[in-house]
Amino acid sequence: MAEPVLSIRNLSVEIPTRHGILKPVDGVTYDIAGGEILGIVGESGAGKSMAGNAVIGLLSPPAHVSAGEIWLNGKRIDNLKGDAMRRRRGKEIGMVFQDPLTSLNPLLRIGDQLVETMLTHLAISKSEAEKRAVAALEEVGIPGAAKRVNSYPHEFSGGMRQRVVIALALCAEPSLVIADEPTTALDVSVQAQIIALLKRLCRERGTAVMLITHDMGVIAEAADRVAVMYAGRLAELGPVRDVITAPEHPYTHGLMASTPLASRGKSRLHQIPGAMPRLDAVPDGCAFNPRCPRVADKCRQAPAPTVDGNAAACWFPLQHEEAS
Amino acid sequence: MALVSVKNLSRVFDVSKPWLNRVIEREPKAFLTAVSEVDFEVEPQTTYALVGESGSGKSTIGRMLVGLLNPSEGNVEIEGVDLANEKDAAKVDAIRSDIQMIFQDPYASLNPRWRVRDIIVEPVAARGGKTDGLAERLLEQVGLSVKDAGKFPHEFSGGQRQRICIARALASEPRLIVCDEPTSALDVSVQSQVLNLMSDLKDNFGLTYVLITHDLTVVQHMADRIGVLYLGRLVEEGAPDELFERPKHPYTQMLLEAAPRMDGFGREVAPPEGEIPDPINPPPGCAFHPRCPLAGDICRQERPEMRRIGTTRVACHMAEG
Repeated sequence: MAEPVLSIRNLSVEIPTRHGILKPVDGVTYDIAGGEILGIVGESGAGKSMAGNAVIGLLSPPAHVSAGEIWLNGKRIDNLKGDAMRRRRGKEIGMVFQDPLTSLNPLLRIGDQLVETMLTHLAISKSEAEKRAVAALEEVGIPGAAKRVNSYPHEFSGGMRQRVVIALALCAEPSLVIADEPTTALDVSVQAQIIALLKRLCRERGTAVMLITHDMGVIAEAADRVAVMYAGRLAELGPVRDVITAPEHPYTHGLMASTPLASRGKSRLHQIPGAMPRLDAVPDGCAFNPRCPRVADKCRQAPAPTVDGNAAACWFPLQHEEAS
Repeated sequence: MALVSVKNLSRVFDVSKPWLNRVIEREPKAFLTAVSEVDFEVEPQTTYALVGESGSGKSTIGRMLVGLLNPSEGNVEIEGVDLANEKDAAKVDAIRSDIQMIFQDPYASLNPRWRVRDIIVEPVAARGGKTDGLAERLLEQVGLSVKDAGKFPHEFSGGQRQRICIARALASEPRLIVCDEPTSALDVSVQSQVLNLMSDLKDNFGLTYVLITHDLTVVQHMADRIGVLYLGRLVEEGAPDELFERPKHPYTQMLLEAAPRMDGFGREVAPPEGEIPDPINPPPGCAFHPRCPLAGDICRQERPEMRRIGTTRVACHMAEG
């Protein structure tokens, strides 16, 4: 494989609190190559957004990166301070958040927001930036882009606003885009439009995309590989088809089986007993062991190692025949 | 006889600016038609699902079913009684306790200062009924522990809170429960727990559900009959198998095509064009015609009537059997 755009090595994030240190991200390792979409799935509190925020340097104190390394285009970025990070952020990493209204400045015309971003990160003139702003809006499919650059965010619908945010994330031509639940606030038909747009732009420009979502359907259709997170740790990482159709980790298997599907008809849905542990009470050993049907003594003593590449962090992974 | 019978139901909201602004800006009053001439019936002990995107009027219909909103036109009859117009107070009162509602956000729908016991028995206590041991019994039925009765809502997770909401809805022994996006705020593994619980309770208590949701996979799993809404209008109604296998209305087809699939690896679909139009100025004729691939002249002029094709009802000029 070519040199990955983003490489996360054994990343941990800690939040010190009065009641002890919480670890919302615990020893996570993955790579994303150019032109690849890596899906990050997990339930709320699994640490998927925290990992994304750590990459772009937006952890809000007291949360901080406590161990591990983040490499972007062959340069280490987790130890960069204020200004140096600010220059990277926006130029090399674009970010798309869940709520398009809160990620746009309501007092600035969208054209000005695009121009400001480009002038900050690219060595181009103002008139050139204005031209590119119109082109960027056209590229994300906003009709009448030449006129719409002068509109304010509130004049756009939710789907159109998310397109503007995508244009904004991509206008400085970053090599990595982090999309954190980009379609969760949108309707089904608009969601399909936004996903198609992200896929097209990523393919055309060779941008690496980290797609964070809880929607398995979106992952199945958009992602090339998928990382499943549980209680801050990587449970399983692999090509999307393998992980969804033949999951090896019992948690992934439970998650897939509890999704209602047409093919399962009206039979009862699979239930995973219990709930994800709170961050202050992650059990010893494998974090999933109290809920796992395959649990053994070994699981209670030490977490299974995460293997690079395609593997489940499990001592007793499901064989493909069983899983299907 | 149908438990719920909705006839020609419409609801209009006045969304005008204040009087002075209208005078200064010379603007007329503005009205938003959230629900427009909707007809459907729900048979006892079945699950009727209302699906649609935002602004389709599904929640407004739910609120009119339980009597939180009054219809602008048309009526809702439950067990043959029209709650909004019935004069006999005793009759209305009797029906009221047969209807309950479960809301989307279990964080907003439980009073944070009340203990779970008081929350659950409130529908009964408010009518002066006997509440001894009721909360404990219901907590066990929804899969929580008897000890939980003395706790406060903040001590529970989202899924557990939704169970408390369900226990509260069951307290007055209702026949009909309107569920407005009951699992949209929950994670997949918790969603499956709540959906299974809802199915069990339906069988045990002979409940009827009206399930309001945008999630097609949930609908397909739960519903006995499905009504698809677009811009306040019912565009198609049918049994799940028929509707998912052979959708007749172009909007239903578009919705099903656009929904992401677990087996859709690398699926490339032409995403649907356009967005839902402004409900204050809906397009004339069929509301879907600006986005519809089949639209003809008649679609731009005449609003299609609901008509029956096989077991499905569909409001489209172009749909064929």
